[in-house]
Amino acid sequence: MRKIFEGSAHLIRLAVVAVLLVLAFLAIRHALIPQDFGKYGHYRPGSLDEIAARTPVFAGREACASCHVDIATAKSKGPHADVGCEACHGPLGRHAQDFTSQKPVLPDTAKLCVTCHEADSAKPKTFPQVVSREHAGDTACGVCHNPHQPRI
Amino acid sequence: MDLSRRELLAAAGRFIVLSGAALEAFESPTGALAADSKYKMADHWWAMTIDIEKCIGSGNCVRACALENEVPEGFFRTWVERYEVNGEDREHPQVESPEGGIHGFPARNKPGVKSFFVPKLCNQCAHSPCVQVCPVGATYVSPDGVVLVDQQYCVGCGYCVQACPYGCRYLHPTKHVADKCTLCYHRITKGLTTACCEACPTGARRLADLKNPKDPVHEFLRVNAVQVLKPEMATGAKVFYKDLDGSVR
Repeated sequence: MRKIFEGSAHLIRLAVVAVLLVLAFLAIRHALIPQDFGKYGHYRPGSLDEIAARTPVFAGREACASCHVDIATAKSKGPHADVGCEACHGPLGRHAQDFTSQKPVLPDTAKLCVTCHEADSAKPKTFPQVVSREHAGDTACGVCHNPHQPRI
Repeated sequence: MDLSRRELLAAAGRFIVLSGAALEAFESPTGALAADSKYKMADHWWAMTIDIEKCIGSGNCVRACALENEVPEGFFRTWVERYEVNGEDREHPQVESPEGGIHGFPARNKPGVKSFFVPKLCNQCAHSPCVQVCPVGATYVSPDGVVLVDQQYCVGCGYCVQACPYGCRYLHPTKHVADKCTLCYHRITKGLTTACCEACPTGARRLADLKNPKDPVHEFLRVNAVQVLKPEMATGAKVFYKDLDGSVR
């Protein structure tokens, strides 16, 4: 037995180093790749949870209606029934959690309404639109129209 | 340094084992979506419907998206284009999208010209080119059909940005990783709609769940003339446009 390995000690040392390198590679690979990698596909499933964990900035109209019943009811009877509250008042996720922490914006109707209702030939023909200068001059829309029930 | 070979190998072995253990400790916890919440990924297959005949180019969706997702200035996860098709020259429509339409569009009245707005966003392709080219498994189609980016794994090579036929991706200017529409994954997994749909004043955009038999999307797809963008590329796009003009690219 001894005779076979005689004079080949350098080869054995080389083989040991090679095996150690392979083991090192496997150990590092095992440590760097999460255990559940590939559970659903070639990606890290933990990233789904990280992306889903973010806090919404917009609360959603249902959250608004759960407190502001009067306005939600009034709005549901007019042409703005399907317009979300935060479409005009801005994102209110924090306000929905704690109403003292964030105050809703009261928009300036002179600037707000025209973002939708200024006449433009690219807009659908059935959508109510006006040339605001001709329609009202310098008068703000809110003087005549209630945005929650805009029909006069 | 006087180290024998034996000592060197032993030290290297210790280093490998210890560093492996240290890395193990930093692994992120997983399974919150699957275990804790009522949300079941297997029960959903998300999509969106866009009704061109309802879009008024208000830019509400673009603003809402930027606020909800902290989209850096000058980059867009969703944007709105105004098309103008002159006469019979359908091959060369004039398309404009000033700052993605984030401030709306300047009013224009050209009665003789065919013109309309087209909102765009990630098409959440079922066979997405961006996923196919990612070399590190950082971008993927989730089990509920949303194309997402694992920003911890992304190396910022930009292959996916080039591969997307719809121009829906960008490299984040400070994070230096790929960024895109997540279909508000943090909202839809909590039972909310996306920020753009929430803010759309006319209901032109609607989030749709193709696996929910009660979702109005099925009726929408059945009764309307529906099209996806670049169908010839067979990307399995899941943003369905109603009344989309053939000149739209």
